[in-house]
Amino acid sequence: MGLLSRKVTCNSHGQDSSYFLGWQEYEKNPYHEVNNPQGIIQMGLAENQLSFDLPESWLAKNADAAGFKRDGQSIFKELALFQDYHGLPAFKKALVDFMAEIRGNKVTFDPNHIVLTAGATSANETLMFCLAEQGDAFLLPTPYYPGFDRDLKWRTGVEIVPIQCTSSNRFQITAPALEEAYQQAQRKNLRVKGVLVTNPSNPLGTTMRRDELDLLINFITDKEIHLISDEIYSGTVFSSPGFVSIMEVLKDRSLEQTPVWERVHIVYSLSKDLGLPGFRVGAIYSNDPIVVAAATKMSSFGLVSSQTQYLLSAMLSDKKFTKEYMAKNHKRLQKQQSKLVSGLEKAGIGCLESNAGLFCWVDMRHLLSSNTFEAEMELWKRIVYDVKLNISPGSSCHCSEPGWFRVCFANISEDTLKVAMQRLKSFVDSVAINNQSHQELKNSRKKFRTKWVFRLSFQSFHDREQDER
Amino acid sequence: MAAISKIATGNGHGENSAYFDGWKAYETNPFHPTDRPDGVIQMGLAENQLCFDFIEKWLMEHPEASICTAEGVSKFKETALFQDYHGIPEFRQAVAKFMGKVRGDRVKFDPDRIVMSGGATGAHEMVAFCLADPGEAFLVPTPYYPGFDRDLRWRTGVELVPVVCDSANDFKITIDSLQSAYHKAQEANIKIKGLLITNPSNPLGTFMDKDTLKNIINFVNEKNIHLIGDEIYAATVFMEPEFVSISEVIEEVECNRDLIHIVYSLSKDMGFPGFRVGIVYSYNDTVTSCARKMSSFGLVSSQTQHLIATMLSNDEFIDNFVAESRERLFKRHKYFTWTLSQIGICSLKSNAGLFIWMDLRKLLKEKTFEAEMDLWRLIIDEVKLNVSPGSSFHCHEPGWFRVCFANMDDYTMEIALSRIRNFMVKNNETMVPPRNKLLRRTSLKLSLSRSLSRKMDDFIMSPSIMSPQSPLVQART
Repeated sequence: MGLLSRKVTCNSHGQDSSYFLGWQEYEKNPYHEVNNPQGIIQMGLAENQLSFDLPESWLAKNADAAGFKRDGQSIFKELALFQDYHGLPAFKKALVDFMAEIRGNKVTFDPNHIVLTAGATSANETLMFCLAEQGDAFLLPTPYYPGFDRDLKWRTGVEIVPIQCTSSNRFQITAPALEEAYQQAQRKNLRVKGVLVTNPSNPLGTTMRRDELDLLINFITDKEIHLISDEIYSGTVFSSPGFVSIMEVLKDRSLEQTPVWERVHIVYSLSKDLGLPGFRVGAIYSNDPIVVAAATKMSSFGLVSSQTQYLLSAMLSDKKFTKEYMAKNHKRLQKQQSKLVSGLEKAGIGCLESNAGLFCWVDMRHLLSSNTFEAEMELWKRIVYDVKLNISPGSSCHCSEPGWFRVCFANISEDTLKVAMQRLKSFVDSVAINNQSHQELKNSRKKFRTKWVFRLSFQSFHDREQDER
Repeated sequence: MAAISKIATGNGHGENSAYFDGWKAYETNPFHPTDRPDGVIQMGLAENQLCFDFIEKWLMEHPEASICTAEGVSKFKETALFQDYHGIPEFRQAVAKFMGKVRGDRVKFDPDRIVMSGGATGAHEMVAFCLADPGEAFLVPTPYYPGFDRDLRWRTGVELVPVVCDSANDFKITIDSLQSAYHKAQEANIKIKGLLITNPSNPLGTFMDKDTLKNIINFVNEKNIHLIGDEIYAATVFMEPEFVSISEVIEEVECNRDLIHIVYSLSKDMGFPGFRVGIVYSYNDTVTSCARKMSSFGLVSSQTQHLIATMLSNDEFIDNFVAESRERLFKRHKYFTWTLSQIGICSLKSNAGLFIWMDLRKLLKEKTFEAEMDLWRLIIDEVKLNVSPGSSFHCHEPGWFRVCFANMDDYTMEIALSRIRNFMVKNNETMVPPRNKLLRRTSLKLSLSRSLSRKMDDFIMSPSIMSPQSPLVQART
């Protein structure tokens, strides 16, 4: 008899993926402007570090929320004891108002329909437990966040079937792709319970267009399945077109009284929009009271710390703060993104035009030695070990075309970004020179030896959580 | 077909149990000394509320424990960004140290084995996911915490097989009962993967001696099954002898350490259920590694990790807190049980926990769980106390109730005791009526069969006189 469960021995935690290996290399040799200027620059981490000064100055002005106090009175005991899985009412209200604000107040949310969870990681898993049985499947458009393999499948036993999207139409979801994915699931004898999309997309950095959202609604209506819209980057939309939430489309199409209304669920978090991943604040929003009830009970396994709920309810209730934060944050994201885009351009590298997120979807297909995933891995290793940039290969995001990479820009300073771009340009230039001389050497029939050495040690890596998205 | 899952629509969440009904009654009419003096007093909630003044004083003296104050804000950014599932190193070190101190520093805990979880609730589910596949089972001695039905089974598909313990030997676990439960499971083709013990026990308030623990460890070794020791009440031991942890016993007994896992939390020992600090401490490297990955689903807020790290790194604070907490629990427990004994109510002799295991068997009109439910309804509706009926803890004998004493102030305790006293005195001549009459909420005229009334006379005395020969006084309190 196996001593441990099958979950322990399988790989569904997803951590053997290359996505995480780059992290491990970074950890061994992290870049520091002064102490380690030759180190690896972390561009594989989708964190927003551009706007911390804003909550910090808010804290300086709001001592009460800071020090466990309400109107000068200590509420430490009240918070320490508060473990009600319905959550702190003031926090839920502030959170739904914030979500509405992000959507230009074109939709409003009912605090009684929101369930608080320990991060979006927990929210997504909980929704799987609520909506699907072991062996059922969800359809996900590729490329998608590598963590979904763990969050949606590992302990739930649910399967993911990809909806293949390609660069031919900027990776948008099409009706044939949806249908093909559905049929593929049928062929594998998997019962499809729903579709899960990330909007704005990770790793693409784009918002879904209205026609895509309409397409999804039509599809799930026709198949009578669920739709989960992971909108954790909704507050990072920094340029047009703006963000259109699935709820907005449902409302515009007057679908509130129809069955599909209760089959659409939103996942949210403050990890990306507010840059607070450490606080583990996630949420499920559903119009189905049964899902809300079940998810609420399940949230016992990962509640949000009451002291965090209290702090954030004060912060998010401050409309002046949220307005200022959103405006400044968007500006800074846009500025940094455009620096990345122009830096890439200078290196002769293009990327998918994006208006959201904390990363760009970069096109390095022209740098591949062949149009294969092996070549992509080869290129990726060179970039990690030689160029010393940790970026995420598209294959780890289940992209169907080799040569795409996700490159994050919001977790580093402007100066570090500059250094990264310089390194990249040097690398591309040297590849060009090498290719030229390779041609010459080839012509002279001499063997061309590669300049670099692969450093592969898959045995000795440290475990590391990469809620990096 | 867009059905919701069976897990979502089924009863696995366990909230249809009587355990939660009392809570609901409390919530619709909660006691408040001035606003609602006739409300229901909550005695079904195992919380430790006795030491908040102590902690608050420390917090005022240490504003740097919060990342939001002027003294702590320099740590705000790095803390807000910290989502590494290894946990903040200072947090792990502080928790490991605290766990050691609670065990009298007789054993050291390795910070690298500390894995976070969403409270002990999350810890239990995580351990079940790591150790068992759907359909496999854990042995659990009765009576046990009702939440285990949800935590260990709901989403995991794992089963629980009870190991029946009874009052004849003070509900102690015996090897015979373990063997019997194990073999019965085998005969029914149920694969037992482990044994879960709560030590100190909820709801009993007792803990195991070293020999019992040694026997248990030998048992799991022999069967090659896991031992999960839920030690979340470790610091609530308020009276001699000293608490013995599994972590100590494995140093003295030959055993396969890959089978040993401890679940811990700060919810009971420190009174911080709202902060969701759960810990899985496994001696099995593979389980530790896997649990750490799974902890992504329920990490402790870094803001809270920072607070706890600061608090529990302070040796003086911990030493003083543990001593003070024990003292206050001891006093409260003593006063509560002594006063009850004066009224003629006995409970299992206990020296830990936040509750007592109250013996009301003599008040049952018959030895059935229906009668227990009738009595429980009476206690909620008439005495206006929310207590937890033994059946919700899977106790195999009717008539036992878990009554919490550490979640209220002295004043509320007095009110609760006076209500109990008044009830017992008022019903000196009368007792629990036939079932159908209970449904009426108007003032009850209780009539009792003669034999039961004589039993009541046996141990209902006037509050100040208690016969020293009364077996009830000697045996239980």
